[in-house]
Order: sequence, then structure tokens, then C-alpha cells
Amino acid sequence: MRFLAIAQAEMRILARNRWLFMATLIMVLFALALTFAGSAPTGTLGVDMLTVSVTSMTTLSVYLAPLLALMMAFDAVAGDAERGSLGLLLSYPAGRGEILLGKFSAHLAALTIAMTIGFGTAGAIAAYMGGAGQESVLALLRLIGTSVLLGGVFLTLGYMVSSLAKSATAAAGMAAGLWLIFVVLYDLGLLGAVVMDSGGWFTETLFPWLMVANPADAFRLWNIASSESVALASGMVGAASALPSWAAPLSLAVWPLLGFAFARLAFRRVEP
Amino acid sequence: MTDKILEIQGLVKDRGQTRVLHGVDLTVSAGERVALLGHNGAGKSTLIKTVLGLTKMGSGSVKIAGHKPGSGAARADTAFLPEAVSFHPALTGREQLTLFARLAGQKADIAGLLERVGLADALDRRIGTYSKGMRQRLGLAQVLLGKPKLALLDEPTSGLDPISRQDLYAIIDELAAAGCAVLIASHALTEVEARTDRIAIMRKGHLVADDTLAGLSAKAGLRTKMRVRATADAEALVQVTGGRRMNGASVEIEIDAAGKMEMLRKIAEMGGAVADVDITPPRLEDLYRFYAKEELH
Repeated sequence: MRFLAIAQAEMRILARNRWLFMATLIMVLFALALTFAGSAPTGTLGVDMLTVSVTSMTTLSVYLAPLLALMMAFDAVAGDAERGSLGLLLSYPAGRGEILLGKFSAHLAALTIAMTIGFGTAGAIAAYMGGAGQESVLALLRLIGTSVLLGGVFLTLGYMVSSLAKSATAAAGMAAGLWLIFVVLYDLGLLGAVVMDSGGWFTETLFPWLMVANPADAFRLWNIASSESVALASGMVGAASALPSWAAPLSLAVWPLLGFAFARLAFRRVEP
Repeated sequence: MTDKILEIQGLVKDRGQTRVLHGVDLTVSAGERVALLGHNGAGKSTLIKTVLGLTKMGSGSVKIAGHKPGSGAARADTAFLPEAVSFHPALTGREQLTLFARLAGQKADIAGLLERVGLADALDRRIGTYSKGMRQRLGLAQVLLGKPKLALLDEPTSGLDPISRQDLYAIIDELAAAGCAVLIASHALTEVEARTDRIAIMRKGHLVADDTLAGLSAKAGLRTKMRVRATADAEALVQVTGGRRMNGASVEIEIDAAGKMEMLRKIAEMGGAVADVDITPPRLEDLYRFYAKEELH
């Protein structure tokens, strides 16, 4: 299992250069801050505090999971190429797919650790302070799982730009661009179109599908649509109810595979 | 022949509009050490990358122990030391080598290998703290992993001190003695002169020479230089030898390999008039200059 050898070395590197620690710390701090800041509306909506916390953290994760993933991934190929260690690595019998899979496994494991500890800590505190029902615990687990999936999508997209870029700096710039497009600009564009359309065919039929095609929005929809109380707390019932329940999970399940295929294709063209 | 490990025939490679390799033919047999010389941009690195399967070839054929470049079998048979080798600075030497051993599917004695290249003390230190020479040694250690059939070494002595260079060539000799075909791309002419069996010279993507040192000298027809010092009268020496007067007492003679003994006899006949004789056969540097300047046809 050659990819495991790569994964082990990559995991070591993440631990040595403090990436694992920093990612976990960022997740814990943001999750805690949001949990405490968002504890006010509990009474008015009639949901427990963990639900409110999960809702806030969902919004957070849409931004943070892709960002952390891209920051880990942008260097994966371009950094090795720039350092001059890629040529030697590629002269070994491990295939390029195995190398990517090894890096992906390590980076995904790091994201899983950071997400679990970050959201887990905040969730535990919210539950302790304001109570938690079976449904809200499920929502928390779903949040952690989908955040890792969302991170996985952006890891693969990060490898893709890392393979396409001529240098690590260019890869970082392209990664920032990707983040901006998927997380901010795409939604703004859709919003603009909806406003122009003012409730016509586009808004009714096409818009929900365009939305779920973006992994970041699929993540949001999945978390919100699956839990009535989360939907209630976030006020996003409308958009979620227009789609079949499998749409968002399918989008998030297909994107990592698609992203990996793109990354593999881009990596094949790399000449160290 | 089965002992030809690396077989390159008519290799052509274009990069955009420019042709960087023009029909290169080169073979390296098991146990043979071949030096690959050439200016920067002569195509040495491209040739090595093609053999590694890192870059696609245009036309021609390359076989590594009968396998296609870049295939799993070819990569398993090949060891590579890149120019200015580099590793991830966060890993230790032992961890890096363990990773390579696992990728190669080898159960290697990592500590023994690192000791062999003189890195026993730095085993568990991060590569980020290594000097350039130490990284080069680590790069050499990974060449020794397993039993490669072909070793491609790109400027292996760059950044090494003279002692380390000697160690390096001792290790290369060991590799060759174990039956490994070794191709060394280098600028260090004087080193490869004594340490290789055959010399290939590239120029602007053409292979302009591929022979033993003696063979190259004969083909180039470069002349041996003799410097004769007279006891008293240098003019008499000039008369006899037809050489060129260098200073008050010395005469320099340039002569073909064939005429060398005849000239020596003439000088010996002069007896006490001659104080000293120095003979300098053409060096690899002269040969290199000759072949690297030669008109391309």
C-alpha cells in the first residue's frame, strides 16, 4: 500500500509544521465564539442551544472548511515541484494517483481531527449549558461529517490548481480565487439573477439546482434541510424545500470524486 | 545482448518549436560507468528525464532492462539522483529514506545505508538542518536502496567537498561492481576522466562523441605536449626537435601520439644537453573543448 506510506509522511509533516494544531485551534476558537455569540435566540424560537450552535457553525463551516482545505492543498504539488523533490518522488514506482491519494488521506484525516475537536468542543459546551435533544446531536454529527466532505472537495480542487500553477505562489493565488468563486461570488451571482427574475421560471425551477450544484451551497442545504429546527433557526426553509432530499447529499458525494479526477488529470500533465 | 541495461535509439524530443534532442543513440551495459558531458542546455537533463519517463519522447526508442520508460517495472529498476537533490525539510533522514524504501517496496537497512554515506549522526535530525553536502549524501543513500539495474546521477558531486567526492565515486564503483549500469551527467571533467569507462558528449541536443577516453583522443587527433628543458643551449634543442622556444631554457613540442616515441629517442640522443622532459597527453578538458566546438553535420 504505497499511498499509505505517503499518507504517513504527509501526516508527519502536518504535525511537524504545526498545521494540524493550527487548524484545530482555529476551528475550536471560531466554534466557541459562535456558540456563545449565538446563544441569544434560544428562547424565542423554542429550540435548544445546541441547535442554535449547530446553525451558527454551519454558516461558519461554509467559509472555513474550504479555506482550511485549500490552505493545506495548494502547496501539495507546486511546493514539491518548486523545492525540487517532485522529480525524485515521481521516479519511484508509486503512481501519480497513489501520490495524490496518499496526500488526500493525510489532509482529510487532519481536517477530520480539526472539525471533530472544534465542533465537538463547542457542541459539548452548548449542550451542557443549554441542553440538547437527540435531533440536535444528530445535527452536530451531520455537521462534522459534511464539513469533512466539503473540506475533501476543496482539497481535491486545491491539488488541481497546485498542479496547474507554475509556482507555489501562483497556486496560492489560484486557491484564493477558487475560494472566492465557490463561497462568495457564485451565491452573489445567483442572488442577482433571482432579484432580476423576481419570482419567475428561473427562481422556481432552475435556481435550486444551480444552487445545489455548488458544493458549498449543497453543504448548507443538506445541513438545513435535514433538520427542521436548524432550518427554523436559520430561516432558510424555502430554498431547501424546493429540492428532493437526495440532491444535496448527492452533490457533496459526487464533488470529491469529480475534484479528484480533475486533480489527477492536471497532475498527469506536470513535468517536474 | 542481454547485459545492455539502458538502450536509447534515435531519440528525438521537441519542446514547442525547438528540437532539444536530435536522434540520440546511447547504450549503457550492466557494470559500466558512462559519463554524460555537455554544456548547460545541451540536453543532458532532458535525456535523463526522458529515461525516467518524466517527460514524453517524440520518436525513437528507450528501453530500461527491456521496459518502457515510466512503466512500473522500469521505475523499479531505476535509481535517480537529481541535480541539487531536495527533500521535505520537516522529515528526518531516517523518515525520508523509510518512505522511499516503502515506495520502492524494499525492506532496507536504513540505518546501515545512512552510515554507509556518512550520515549516521544525522539519522534522526530534520533534513531542514542538513547542509547541501549532507542532502546530497542522503540523495545518494536512496540511490543505494534495493539493487537498481540502472542509476542515473545528475551532477552527483555538486556541493560536495573533495573527500565526499572521493567517497561518492567509491560508492559509484561499488554500484558498478554489483552490476549496475551507471550514467553520470557531470561538469566535473577531471573527476569523470579517471572514474568512468566511457564518455559521451552532448552538444545542442546531438550526441557528438561516445567512446573511451583513449578512443576519443585518437579520433580527435589531439597532440601530446612535450616540454623539454635544456641544460645550457635551448637553441640546439629547437634545431633537433623543431619545437617552439618557451623561455630561455625550455622548448615546447606538440606531437601526434604516433610520433611520440621517435621524438623521445631524438631527445635521449642529445644526452647531457637535456635537463628534464615533461609529457602531457591530451586531457579530457582538451577533448571536451574539441568535441563541444566541432561543427555539427
